Amino acid sequence: MNGTELTIAEGLRALDKREISAVELTQAHLAGIAALNPRLNAYITVAGEAALEQARASDARRGRGEAGALDGIPLGIKDLFCTEGLRTTAASKILGEFTPPYESTVSAQLKRDGAVFLGKLNLDEFAMGSSNTTSAFGPVENPWSRANDPSKRLVPGGSSGGSAAAVAARIAMGATATDTGGSIRQPAAFCGIAGIKPTYGRCSRFGIVAFASSLDQAGPVARSVEDCAILLRSMSGFDPKDSTSANLPVPDFAAACGRGVKGLRIGVPAEYTLPGLAPEIDALWQQGLDWLRQQGAEIVPISLPHTKYALPTYYVVAPAEASSNLARYDGVRYGLRVAERDSDLRDLYERTRAAGFGAEVKRRIMIGTYVLSAGYYDAYYLKAQKVRALIARDFTQAWETVDAIVTPATPSAAFPMDEKQDDPVTMYLNDVFTVTANLAGLPGLAVPAGLDGQGLPLGLQVIGRPFDEETVFAVGAAIERAANFTAKPQVMA
Amino acid sequence: MSLDTATVRRVANLARLRLDDAEVEKLQAEINGILGWIEQLQAVETDGVEPMAGGSPNPVALPWRADAVTDGGQADAVLRNAPDREGEYFGVPKVVE
Repeated sequence: MNGTELTIAEGLRALDKREISAVELTQAHLAGIAALNPRLNAYITVAGEAALEQARASDARRGRGEAGALDGIPLGIKDLFCTEGLRTTAASKILGEFTPPYESTVSAQLKRDGAVFLGKLNLDEFAMGSSNTTSAFGPVENPWSRANDPSKRLVPGGSSGGSAAAVAARIAMGATATDTGGSIRQPAAFCGIAGIKPTYGRCSRFGIVAFASSLDQAGPVARSVEDCAILLRSMSGFDPKDSTSANLPVPDFAAACGRGVKGLRIGVPAEYTLPGLAPEIDALWQQGLDWLRQQGAEIVPISLPHTKYALPTYYVVAPAEASSNLARYDGVRYGLRVAERDSDLRDLYERTRAAGFGAEVKRRIMIGTYVLSAGYYDAYYLKAQKVRALIARDFTQAWETVDAIVTPATPSAAFPMDEKQDDPVTMYLNDVFTVTANLAGLPGLAVPAGLDGQGLPLGLQVIGRPFDEETVFAVGAAIERAANFTAKPQVMA
Repeated sequence: MSLDTATVRRVANLARLRLDDAEVEKLQAEINGILGWIEQLQAVETDGVEPMAGGSPNPVALPWRADAVTDGGQADAVLRNAPDREGEYFGVPKVVE
């Protein structure tokens, strides 16, 4: 049995029937990592010995009839989740050799359910980016390449680029990720896999390195919608250690994948038809809506009038929160310290932060500090919070007429790693379809739906009502069934 | 609104970031580009709109826990990642002359 080819659902069945052991499954993935990671750079840290030990313990649990919901499934953990005793970097130099003395709630819950951790996955520094090129540990390569130019190396998207590349390349069965403006959905779409950012509050943020606290949400990426549902169930739930975590029951998300879409009303927002949208993205979108119509859904045109203000709103709110959150990196309590012999405390702060943060992080700290500074707070930050409220209200009004919204996931397929990225605003446009769900706190799922003319994957996005991930999964699974996406990347285990 | 060099330096100072002249110049151009793009928010009518401060789509009162000590006595765990320590304290350069 080829362990790296299995989905999580298939892997759990194979483990149950003793067709494969957790140790064999883990060994197959570690072999894949050894072969492919030198090229893909998806993992920052590989924890092979610990993973095998966890796998042996898992096999023993299964032997005793005590297997948990994810027992023996090898996963990768985005290196933004604190893992007790395992270095956590946020892909930044400023965290140095930081080794957390505690475990994030999300990763603790995956461990509780028996998952095996293969290692820590690469990302954009502090999750700030859409290409995984801002990592202090080097860029990640997308395992897919263009049919007519296979030597051109492509980005996996970001910020969860290591998570998406590892899962697409079959060197993790699934992975944790986080999404502040599209960092789960955009890389999932670029790598031809599924990923969901759940409703804000569904997953605890405790132990996740903070970027923008009112936007950050954890979620899974995996090779099927059902696998995402299985992982999300383990990751979700109320946590007293995060005051914004929602005290609501966690549904059986996987069961919702089979519900079908008959009678559902699917909204199509007029404002998402951008001028200059690539014809093949538009064609895929129409195809997706046709599939849903054929399965009994009703397609309803809607309007989300403040959509065009979402990205500029995000680029006030996110840097403001980031500048505040990243103030903690001061060279005193953990991580890097840079000082001269005669440095005073202030000089120590300034040298440490100058040496420890990369260019994109510094840019966002500067913007955030400026928009929060005396005299500019009302004009920028308060204004953005008000526009954010209007963006959220657009969705609230839409839910009066529709049950879910379907849009493209990204405005393009994966682009080359060496493409000029010196205009930040152009790079920010990658998140044009995804950022609204973060601002409004809504669940959003990316599902692979087709290939472009170069053979690269393209995804569609399903947005749902607050805490109605079940409908999102039902619609996503319906698109997945119709799309029958079986294409595979050129680089895989 | 366009930031001059002095403002960029003032903001860097507030953010405790040491910047060299080349970085100041580069950041000035980038930040002005981004702020110019953000300027479009001023066109949105927001009179009487309550600002959205948190991320929750269903804002509810945040829970409070009891105001009681819940842990402590873990100086070694707290200090384990410190770049410098003296006994049970973080070590820093002399602050008071």
